[in-house]
Amino acid sequence: MFVRGELEKIERKVLNGKRLSREDGEFLFNCNELTWLGSLADYVRKKICGDLVYYNVNCHVNLTNICRARCKFCAFGRGAEDKGSYAMTIDDAIKLVEEANRDPHLSGLHIVSGLHPTWSFENYLAFVEVLHEKFPRLHIKGFTGVEIQHFANISGLSVEKILIRLKEAGLEAIAGGGAEILTDRVRNLLCPKKCSADQWLNVARTAHKLGIKTNASMLYGHIETFAERVEHLIRLRELQDETGGFQTFICFPFLPKNTALEKEIKQTSMWDDLRTMAISRLMLDNFQNIKAYWVMLTVPVAQVALSFGANDIDGTIHRENILHDAGATSPRSLAEDEIIRIIREAGRTPAAVDCNFNIRRIIT
Amino acid sequence: MNVLELAKEKISSGERLNFDEILALYEDNDLLYLAESARRVKESKTGKKIFYTVNRHINLTNVCKANCPLCAYQCRSGSNRAFTLELDDVEKILRDASRIKNLSEIHIVSSLHPEKNFSYYLDAVKLVKKFLPHVGINAFTPVEIVNFAQISGKNFSEVLSELIKAGVTSLAGGGAEILSERVREIICPKKCSAAEWLEVMRTAHKLGLRTNASMMYGHIETIEERIEHLLKLRDLQDETKGFQAMMLFPFHPENTELGKKFNLRRVGSWEDLKMLALSRLVLDNFAHFKAFWIMLTLPIAQLALSFGADDLDGTIGEEKIIHAAGAKSSSGITREALEKIISEAGFQPVERDSFYREVL
Repeated sequence: MFVRGELEKIERKVLNGKRLSREDGEFLFNCNELTWLGSLADYVRKKICGDLVYYNVNCHVNLTNICRARCKFCAFGRGAEDKGSYAMTIDDAIKLVEEANRDPHLSGLHIVSGLHPTWSFENYLAFVEVLHEKFPRLHIKGFTGVEIQHFANISGLSVEKILIRLKEAGLEAIAGGGAEILTDRVRNLLCPKKCSADQWLNVARTAHKLGIKTNASMLYGHIETFAERVEHLIRLRELQDETGGFQTFICFPFLPKNTALEKEIKQTSMWDDLRTMAISRLMLDNFQNIKAYWVMLTVPVAQVALSFGANDIDGTIHRENILHDAGATSPRSLAEDEIIRIIREAGRTPAAVDCNFNIRRIIT
Repeated sequence: MNVLELAKEKISSGERLNFDEILALYEDNDLLYLAESARRVKESKTGKKIFYTVNRHINLTNVCKANCPLCAYQCRSGSNRAFTLELDDVEKILRDASRIKNLSEIHIVSSLHPEKNFSYYLDAVKLVKKFLPHVGINAFTPVEIVNFAQISGKNFSEVLSELIKAGVTSLAGGGAEILSERVREIICPKKCSAAEWLEVMRTAHKLGLRTNASMMYGHIETIEERIEHLLKLRDLQDETKGFQAMMLFPFHPENTELGKKFNLRRVGSWEDLKMLALSRLVLDNFAHFKAFWIMLTLPIAQLALSFGADDLDGTIGEEKIIHAAGAKSSSGITREALEKIISEAGFQPVERDSFYREVL
């Protein structure tokens, strides 16, 4: 049988450590062999990263939801005058982190925000400087490629210069968001005011050259085709071949609630979520880590995703805002002992890491 | 060959698993191996078909004299949550239900009301039969049957015969919890014993009633007790062949005395899918496994189709018992939505009646 033969061909490639092609990726998205896919991805996961599952005790800091990009898939961004809009002062940010820092295990901050129409680059930079100075123990991961490109646009500085200044201020890693789907067709329809696919990749490339690690992501389940998902994965894989600077890959299923696409697009199924996770693990053979982001997937799906290629379950978060505006039904934070329980039930060993995947504690 | 290898060998040749082998598979914790094996068993029995039915649940009352620590549904009479349907109320529900296209089954399970006598329940069944003469009546768990025997002074066989005469076509599978006296003493001390539960099923099967079976896991039971539970069901099925479908209920600790007392948390989706696949492998003489979406939520129920389930249960209408314990699923779903979930997973949706006959 044609299909069976094709599956076997792909299986042999994976077992022999050969790279999957674009055609293989597209074939996998169109086949419905979910547990077979999971087993293959699980095999690769074991080979690349063993049995540890990474998590971090972190705090999300979203400086503002006022945004001039107003992408169609976003329920977080607002106009300055809109109801529920906010912009933190430095004192607000300090207060939030102080509260989260009562947990002695807190290891890092994750800072991502809207593209505020009147804030300068220095405004953003000041948050990093002050938070780093006040909380020198905490690692700071912040800003997506979209924000970095925005800082370059509004300051007239190069992307490289922006990254150098952020690094000097205390930034240790770049967040993985804003990649969405790295094709201009999709971006022109969904997020025309955001940086282009090439610009997003350029920020990552520049950061990697400066020794700053970044994450990568894919937002799927909106208007993209399966072929575009594969194209996206291949573009990430090519850059990773070149630089080796990506740390983890995160699959974001699109949550349509409260977005401009709410009426046209239904939320992805768990079936699609797990399939996409497994295919990402198989295609991204040069990525060390694949993250099951529980906020979007929900905790039950994220747990099962640990057998579909994931080895990273993100963090405790403290208080999630962006996706809860889009109707995420998961809790806004997870207690560390709950994360540990989820990982252990899956028969794996929890390991707390910082934003550069240095292991802080292995929970035996 | 160690026990695990032997178990895998047996699975690939379709041989029956014993206690030690089941335990070894549980401890091995290879989720996707269990899934693939369970799905092969499912496909050998029902191919690519996934069944669902158009049904309605009727919960007659939540006033209960058993007060099991595991239950968030029951309450005492006089509580502000208490309700008891009278026959007029049931009639109203049935008039609504009679307008549902292709309605195949009415499912009736309730608490053990301290004052209602056996004829109340019989009359409710007769009313269903009168309004919906062609619809299957899947009603009462063995726990309720034992209660009917106690309050009427009749034996199981007499109680069941009267219910059959009134219109009951199959028995519900609930109330099995974990079939171990040690566990029942803690989680449901006033409920029927494990031996009584099995005896009611045996008697029902002998009288020609088909029944379902179930297990409620994830509270204070040991893994060994879960396995013994499955083996008790498998033994009885060898003897009578009267069980139609197996259901697995993860324990929802919210709002329960048991949850509070032992500080229990709901087990994860990993455990749910693992128990489903493992049970499918153990109960080789059961034709059907339900992924009860009300308990599992729809996304996990969809995934369960890859872990050995072949039945998504039904459209349900209004469900009260599990939602009292904090279930997050909605309480009803359309036929179209169920069919879409099944097709998306690469299976073929088949609408069934109460006896797994295809509805054309």
